[in-house]
Amino acid sequence: MDVGLARGGFVARAAFEAEAGETVALLGPNGAGKSTVVLAIAGLLPPVEGTIVLDHLVLDDAAAGARVPPEERPIGVVFQDLLLFPNLTALENVAFALRARGAPRRQARERADGLLRRLGVSARAHARPRDLSGGEAQRVALARALAAEPSLLLLDEPLSALDVSTRGRIRHQLRRELTGFPGVRVLVTHDPIEAMTLADRMVLLEAGRVTQVGTPDEIRSAPRSAYAADLVGVNFLVGRLEPLARGGGRLATTEGDVVVPWPDDVEPGTDGVIGLLRPADVVLHADRPEGSARNVLRGRVEAIDLEGERARVRLSSAPPIVAEITLGSLERLGIAEGIPLWASFKAVEVEILPP
Amino acid sequence: MLVGLPVAGLLFRTPWSRIGEIAAGDVSVTALRLSLVVATTAALISFATGFPLAWILARGSFRGKALVRAVVVLPLVMPPVVAGVGLLAAFGRHGIVGSWLYDWFGVQITFTTWAAVLAATFVSFPLAVLALEAGIRGLDVRLEDAASTLGATRWYVLRRVTVPMLGPQIAAALVLSWARALGEFGATITFAGNLQGRTQTLPLAVFERLQADPDAAFALSTLLIALALAVIFALRGRFLG
Repeated sequence: MDVGLARGGFVARAAFEAEAGETVALLGPNGAGKSTVVLAIAGLLPPVEGTIVLDHLVLDDAAAGARVPPEERPIGVVFQDLLLFPNLTALENVAFALRARGAPRRQARERADGLLRRLGVSARAHARPRDLSGGEAQRVALARALAAEPSLLLLDEPLSALDVSTRGRIRHQLRRELTGFPGVRVLVTHDPIEAMTLADRMVLLEAGRVTQVGTPDEIRSAPRSAYAADLVGVNFLVGRLEPLARGGGRLATTEGDVVVPWPDDVEPGTDGVIGLLRPADVVLHADRPEGSARNVLRGRVEAIDLEGERARVRLSSAPPIVAEITLGSLERLGIAEGIPLWASFKAVEVEILPP
Repeated sequence: MLVGLPVAGLLFRTPWSRIGEIAAGDVSVTALRLSLVVATTAALISFATGFPLAWILARGSFRGKALVRAVVVLPLVMPPVVAGVGLLAAFGRHGIVGSWLYDWFGVQITFTTWAAVLAATFVSFPLAVLALEAGIRGLDVRLEDAASTLGATRWYVLRRVTVPMLGPQIAAALVLSWARALGEFGATITFAGNLQGRTQTLPLAVFERLQADPDAAFALSTLLIALALAVIFALRGRFLG
């Protein structure tokens, strides 16, 4: 896929590409123009200028006045607020795309039922959307978008409507579905964790402009804007998860171990488990800290980034950790590049995502 | 009080012992059957023509929209007898359209059942448009957008998404315009006349009977109210929950 999308005037001017079999996350703060891009790709908002091309099929070409109407685009959309049809059952919602394209009722229902079963919501097939839980509705919406086998799957904030406990489970399932989807996957989100855990590449969109494109690793190692730094400044730890006798678990990364809470749905010894730690949850000390924090690391200050009233301090500990502290603390601890420091954080501060 | 007392008065004055006989009488049965045919036809015409208009009023943006809406609701605030006179001026034997119809096709509308239908439609049409317009306004356009991303053509969206979601408003439009058509008197008697079996609907029969046989008028009035209530309740249970 080759997307060059532009909207004139204020709104958005975004150009990016995505390959089949790849998940691209369009990540940006609220009001950056993400939803505008979603509408444009779906064909619900004609671009003022520029082109949208999918598999050599020109969907929009503002200059030539060419435009494929939404119903003829091979695109499945999961909308932010799902937009399930309230008057149809879950099954009928999923079968809708097939019925609209002229599939016989029985065939459409069989396929819809198969999708619901794959996503684990077939028990709710005959429920109306208002009777579904958030997680169920989310999976029905995903099934509906997948039903007609589109060549582009477009997800707008797919997890934002869910509560935290459901989010982890659905994210896991979503990742499996995305990986199994053969076409192009475009994920639009304001949540860096969602983007980093689901996407192969990230496109950062700020105030209607693309500010950076790259893999999560590339952006993490060289953020090109304050927003990027803020977003990806989350400590991202990947490794094998082993249970600890004292409770909780040990996440063994290639660069060192951290103590983490034990998640419900992970087998001991699972590889590729992700731990996320917010820099603001890391406490820095000049001397070895006393106290209850189960993670105490030592390292030298590698870099200091000042951002307004806050400072981000990168420590060469094992594993390397980024802490975010106030300018006051920075001065009080006399932090400068090269000096040795202690860092501590509680095990429960690490958010665990199953692979 | 203002609503309750007249109804109570009617129930009080209704000759319950004779009600069966009056209701089964020739004049009553004919008027009742005619009323049902006229009101139902008028409600269906109001709905069919009101739907596209309501759609344009709710979704369209064009100059003079306020004027169109004002014209649409005019029959609501117009005295029905004036409506009847207006219909005469348009479709009467010497009306601007009526004379043409008569000269070219030999068709005369006045004093036919069609005249009664036309009069009833004229006064019930605004209610259908207003109910439908409110319903269409309340729809989430994005649901229709979602449907189109699923491959649904405009026509399919209308059939499978829009109209089903408008169910309660469609029911309301039909019930309101039907009830209004059922009660129409002034425009009907002015435009269609008071011919038994052709244009004498139940309200006209009531008015006529009030002179000759007041008891029968009271009985027929009670019947009319019961009929309207029955239909409204039947549809409420089904659509308005």
